[in-house]
Amino acid sequence: MVDVNKPRDKRDPVVGENVVRVDGAAKVSGIARYVDDMAPMPGELHGATVRSRVARGILRGIVFDPSFDWSDVTIVTAKDVPDNVVQLIVDDQPVLASERINHMYEPVALLACADKQKLARALEAVSLDIEPLPAVFDMEESFAAKTVVWGDANVQNRYLITKGAADTEDSDAAIDAAIAACDVVVRGSYGTHHQEQLYIEPNGMIAWWDDAGAHATGSLQCPYYVHKAFKRCFHLEPEQIHITQAVTGGGFGGKEEYPSLIAMHAALLAKKSGKPVRIIYDRVEDFEATTKRHPSHCIVESGCDKDGTLRALKMRVLMDAGAYVTLSPVVLSRGVLHAGGCYRWNDVRIEGISVATNTPPNGAFRGFGAPQTIWAIERHLDAVARHLCLEPGELKRRNMLVEGDSTSTSQVLRGSVGGTECVAKAFAASDYLAKRQHGPVIHGRKARGIGCSVFMHGGGFTGSGERMLKGKVAIDLMPGGRLEIRSGSTDIGQGTETVFAQIAADAAGIPFDHVHVAVPSTTYVPDSGPTVASRTVMVVGSIVERAAKEIASKVDAVRRPGETFAAAADRLLAQEGAQTSLVQYEPPAWVNWDEKKYKGDAYPVYAWMVDVAEVEVDLDTFEVKVLKFWSAADVGKAIHPLMCKGQLEGGSLQAIGWALSEELVWKNGAIVNPRMTNYIIPTALDAPPFETILVEAPYAHGPSGGAKGIGELPMDGGAPAVAAAVEHATGIVIDHLPLTPERLFAAWANSEAAQ
Amino acid sequence: MKVALKVNGVQRHVDLAPLARLLDALRGPLGLTGAKEGCGEGECGTCAVLLDGVPVNSCLVPIGQCDGREVTTVEGLGAIEHLAPLQACMAEHGGAQCGICTPGMLIAAEALLRRNPDPTATDVRTAISGNLCRCTGYERIVQSVLHAAYDLRSADKGAAE
Repeated sequence: MVDVNKPRDKRDPVVGENVVRVDGAAKVSGIARYVDDMAPMPGELHGATVRSRVARGILRGIVFDPSFDWSDVTIVTAKDVPDNVVQLIVDDQPVLASERINHMYEPVALLACADKQKLARALEAVSLDIEPLPAVFDMEESFAAKTVVWGDANVQNRYLITKGAADTEDSDAAIDAAIAACDVVVRGSYGTHHQEQLYIEPNGMIAWWDDAGAHATGSLQCPYYVHKAFKRCFHLEPEQIHITQAVTGGGFGGKEEYPSLIAMHAALLAKKSGKPVRIIYDRVEDFEATTKRHPSHCIVESGCDKDGTLRALKMRVLMDAGAYVTLSPVVLSRGVLHAGGCYRWNDVRIEGISVATNTPPNGAFRGFGAPQTIWAIERHLDAVARHLCLEPGELKRRNMLVEGDSTSTSQVLRGSVGGTECVAKAFAASDYLAKRQHGPVIHGRKARGIGCSVFMHGGGFTGSGERMLKGKVAIDLMPGGRLEIRSGSTDIGQGTETVFAQIAADAAGIPFDHVHVAVPSTTYVPDSGPTVASRTVMVVGSIVERAAKEIASKVDAVRRPGETFAAAADRLLAQEGAQTSLVQYEPPAWVNWDEKKYKGDAYPVYAWMVDVAEVEVDLDTFEVKVLKFWSAADVGKAIHPLMCKGQLEGGSLQAIGWALSEELVWKNGAIVNPRMTNYIIPTALDAPPFETILVEAPYAHGPSGGAKGIGELPMDGGAPAVAAAVEHATGIVIDHLPLTPERLFAAWANSEAAQ
Repeated sequence: MKVALKVNGVQRHVDLAPLARLLDALRGPLGLTGAKEGCGEGECGTCAVLLDGVPVNSCLVPIGQCDGREVTTVEGLGAIEHLAPLQACMAEHGGAQCGICTPGMLIAAEALLRRNPDPTATDVRTAISGNLCRCTGYERIVQSVLHAAYDLRSADKGAAE
């Protein structure tokens, strides 16, 4: 029997080794405590949320059924909220609606009761008096602004990227002229739909108050987001707020900003009742109320030479932000920054616009705007190849950025550019070119085809983000020469704790099991910045490495000949008292970003990936099965190759689900299918076998020999690779997701009718 | 309603409404929070347990039907100090990421290995097809179960020789 708890008895380097993840044993034995596994606190109440159930309107009143016994029910409404704003980027979202209703699931009142069944009845005993107003659900309709539901004209944000000939006052006319001058001009329109993160653990929080202030613990990605939200909402001093992560059952961005709202709701009820309050969303509520991936619509026009050399790109990226701004400006930003794909363009004009609709706010979701625009550019490159009768993979390979080339924002790539190697390895492993050349394989009523996508994804915050954020990590020296890492970065399944311990162990030169990672709690960890943007390993990991080196050098400085590290550490602690290294992140000095012109080093480095999907399409039912999925990814340095592959494969499957089966169905602003029964994510039988190849083109500023961020990367390429394979198998061209059998059938019927 | 059932080999008693869910009995009075509630309607499999050796979604089983029966939860497979080979393989070979689906996955895999000690990858995929995972893409879960099957067969062979 394998003992995963067995301590490593000798000092081996662990970077690059598949050590057993530190939280593995607790998770496989069922003792890991997720928020709803925590025992009730004394006097604890259950909390629930009364929602608008009207997409847009004016709240005239809240009616509490007088025949219901409210004596043991705590009620909170907007008037109980000290500062009724969800602190994020723009102050447009209330903690509880007071007057305006902007989407179907807007929280209006909160109830708490010790008896869960009575709480359910109490929810039924509340009715809302809402005067309906005309609502807008479609982003193009919102952009047309016939009905204004947000600001002056529904537009929340705009960005403009220009390069080359388009770098003038009249960029629109200039890019049109540049494209018109090209040999070949291709136009297209590409759309993507909502996607639910569908972490398997629904959102949940427990909050309580005591002499130390407000406490909240639960399922979350970013403890300091919740901290900032509490500071604003309750007007508390920072040291009066204590936010602690429970073991978290997946996030994918879905637990980035929304948990702040749930934690504030629980804390409002706890404050009013004087008791701890637990709010656990059931699956339907989680589907309905929490954020999703932004739908998008891209209009693309490009020019190239007859031989397929790309020249000029014009793109309009429209994103549906939903009812409030939340993180949409940043999502749109990452979207436009990835819109040119991984290709060389001389002249570029990319315009990004986000508009409001009366649907629940869209927010963070793995990829953060990039999967939408990479869907557009990859499908567009497939269209260019179709026009030129070129093989799309070959067209992409020929035009992809290499070291020294400049991106759409005129960023010159300075090394760690592993794209070419990824193409070679993914194509070789899958026999891509030979299978493309052979053409689709048709057996009876089943057709097989193969397709690829080529893409890169920026690691860390955009532009000057990391410079402004100043993420920090602390490492304490513990008795016996052990280290304790204190960081605000959370492990939500990706393996942060394990990888941080690997980085610190090798940096300090101590055994892996002598490093412990503290539970992220704002009471005792510094703000390392949020667990987002593919930044945890690359950015925060690099300061873990520096802090571990720094503290080890303090021990080594007092170490006597022949003395062990542990003995020297104990002597240092005894003589000098507590030893801590607190290190703040500094981006590479050369990172230069012009926020006004949207020019320069958008990200310090990019991770690269090439996906190849082989599919089988049933020509009667139009069901698509992905038979095999190959990927080659340039990750800089794989600190834990097994978890690295696991992360890439999980992201690819999330992208395949988005492409083929996941579809939220809307009716007048309400979600018709808010359950796992009819929002279909892939099962083990739907998932293809994955063959994942790691490429290591080290990033000079990454930890442990050059690691880059890969959390979001795999979400970008699955959908276009599958669509290209479906096109190869059937000839059906689909540029708007998802590729459900109904939509494939409609596209096939249309193309038949056209012929 | 008073219900007597054997949980992880130990005789236990609960007093609940007959239609109360087995999941609530486990997570509440029985104090076993390994089985999770991911959807409450039998889709996700995070609440899976063995009922007389057969995997069931405990969110769909009324406690009234459990009298005199035997329930095995993830806690019954092996405690943290002495993990069963299946659990150890799941931790070692990348089968667990966020871990929320892991207890249910282990139950489904345990049921498979009890009846088929030498499964193919397709057998594993079929056995866990009622358990949703959003982190791994399933590849590492399948590999973990195949590793465990191999380890168990090798151990059996060793014992026989």
